[in-house]
Amino acid sequence: MRTKVIAIWSIFFISVVFFGLTGVNTYFDISQQDVELKIPKGFPKPVYKFKNNKLSPDVFVLGRRLFYDPLLSKDSTTSCASCHQRIAAFAHIDHPLSHGINGLIGKRNVPALQNLIWNDAFMWDGGVNHLEVQPLSPITNPIEMNESIAHIIVKLKQDPSYVADFRKAFGDTAISSERILKSLAQFTGLMISANSRYDKYMSGDDTFSVSEKRGLELFREKCASCHEEPLFTDNTYRNNGINPDTSLKDKGRGAITGAAFDNYKFKVPSLRNVEMTYPYMHDGRFRNLQQVMDHYGRPEKYAANAAKEMYEIGKLSDQDKKDIIAFLRTLSDKSFIYDRRFVDPSVRQL
Amino acid sequence: MATLGVAMSFTNKAAEGKLTLVFDHYVGNQLLQFDSVNYKNGAGQSYIVTKFKYYIGNIRLKRKNAKDISFEDYYLINEEEEESKKIMLEQIPHGEYTGIEFIIGVDSLHNCSGAQSGALDPVNAMFWAWNSGYIFLKLEGKSSASKSPGNIFEYHIGGYKQPANCIRTIKLDFSKPLSAEKMKELHIKVDIAQMLKAKTIVDFSKLSSVTDFHNATTIADNYAEMFSIASVE
Repeated sequence: MRTKVIAIWSIFFISVVFFGLTGVNTYFDISQQDVELKIPKGFPKPVYKFKNNKLSPDVFVLGRRLFYDPLLSKDSTTSCASCHQRIAAFAHIDHPLSHGINGLIGKRNVPALQNLIWNDAFMWDGGVNHLEVQPLSPITNPIEMNESIAHIIVKLKQDPSYVADFRKAFGDTAISSERILKSLAQFTGLMISANSRYDKYMSGDDTFSVSEKRGLELFREKCASCHEEPLFTDNTYRNNGINPDTSLKDKGRGAITGAAFDNYKFKVPSLRNVEMTYPYMHDGRFRNLQQVMDHYGRPEKYAANAAKEMYEIGKLSDQDKKDIIAFLRTLSDKSFIYDRRFVDPSVRQL
Repeated sequence: MATLGVAMSFTNKAAEGKLTLVFDHYVGNQLLQFDSVNYKNGAGQSYIVTKFKYYIGNIRLKRKNAKDISFEDYYLINEEEEESKKIMLEQIPHGEYTGIEFIIGVDSLHNCSGAQSGALDPVNAMFWAWNSGYIFLKLEGKSSASKSPGNIFEYHIGGYKQPANCIRTIKLDFSKPLSAEKMKELHIKVDIAQMLKAKTIVDFSKLSSVTDFHNATTIADNYAEMFSIASVE
């Protein structure tokens, strides 16, 4: 009996030491469970359903590597993550306009990446019609990454560790645009944020302060016709009454559809994690949420052709603004920001 | 790389025909030659051609007293690649065929299908990244009449949505019916001169660059007229 107990304990200790030393790196390892698509309660059916792009840990890991690799830019300086920072819900924190290679400045604010599979179109103007082809836009834009997909393939083929990763993900060593784009779609498509204090309040697992509660009521009355719950966007394009910055020459949606009535309309962004994604608006003109509230609360200052929904807001008192901001902060989702699946695996070297 | 199409449905497996489509590029009555030959457009302006490629898809063979035979694939026809100008249609079922239909462009479904491979791989540089969709056709060249930098003209035509839908269906009748067993080769003449004048005369001094929806349908209405049957056997 006693020897049996000792034997069992020995096996236990040996196992602990063995696995401890060989480093089964649970932090960065991606399991089958990690890539399971879980639709949050109350969310609608997603637009992108990973059809013809079956979720798999190895494809996701390849997508993660590509997302964090500056090799995707012409001079290998700029990765997707250069502008889409995890700590800012994958927006570019404290940067009004996007940055590209060679110090170039773009004409729009970097949008957050979250809940992308519910988008029917991408970019501030909705010009991109599918999650899988979305990366082609920043990759080929001369003032962003200024690279061609053909040249990225050449660079990837020269790196034996990438060849190995493609083989692991897809069964053979072929490197194609389709595989690059589908792996990126797995990585970005699983960025789902639905665990904020707001979500917990809705499920009865958390409480709101008086100010937050009043903020939610005001929000539903004045903001929710465009920023529809639970995604906090209705995926439309609207003119929110800010005067066009003529130096940017940006017609927004109008440049995509060619229709004059679409000029200066931009996509209604989700407000999830809005606290982290400052500055605000398509051109990043507002430094903080207070400035955003100041704009929305002054209908007399709206630009011509502001959407009719804008006039449902009316004047906002200082208390109104304070309460709405208090509510907006409940949309921050720390478990999304710190989700280990989305952490840059190269920090392993630190 | 030779391209191959297989009929999507057929009724009589025993009798299968094969037909090779050959796209012959012309300017008027001259075979197209890049760079070295000066052509004249409908406005009397002299020009050379430096690039010519386009998508063909949704090919259908019209059958007498029976359903059309359709082929699923897309093909990128490129003047620079001789093999790309030949499309082999296989497994054509028994019957008498009276004509052919196809689109120039890419239909809306294939414009909204995400990452694709083969002819529709964005690596072919026939895809607009900023306003998703395929460039159906590229014609580029030079003319001293053009006011663009380098005297170039470039027509990058695409768009699957109204009001700038540039997909055009081409319908060509054979002069006499062809039986599946005997058909061999169909030469289609593709005339750039028509693309520059069929419906609207393109004046290089006024319209030297079309790279989005502006004026795209003007060119598309012209390219709808550039195909004709040269010979069939």
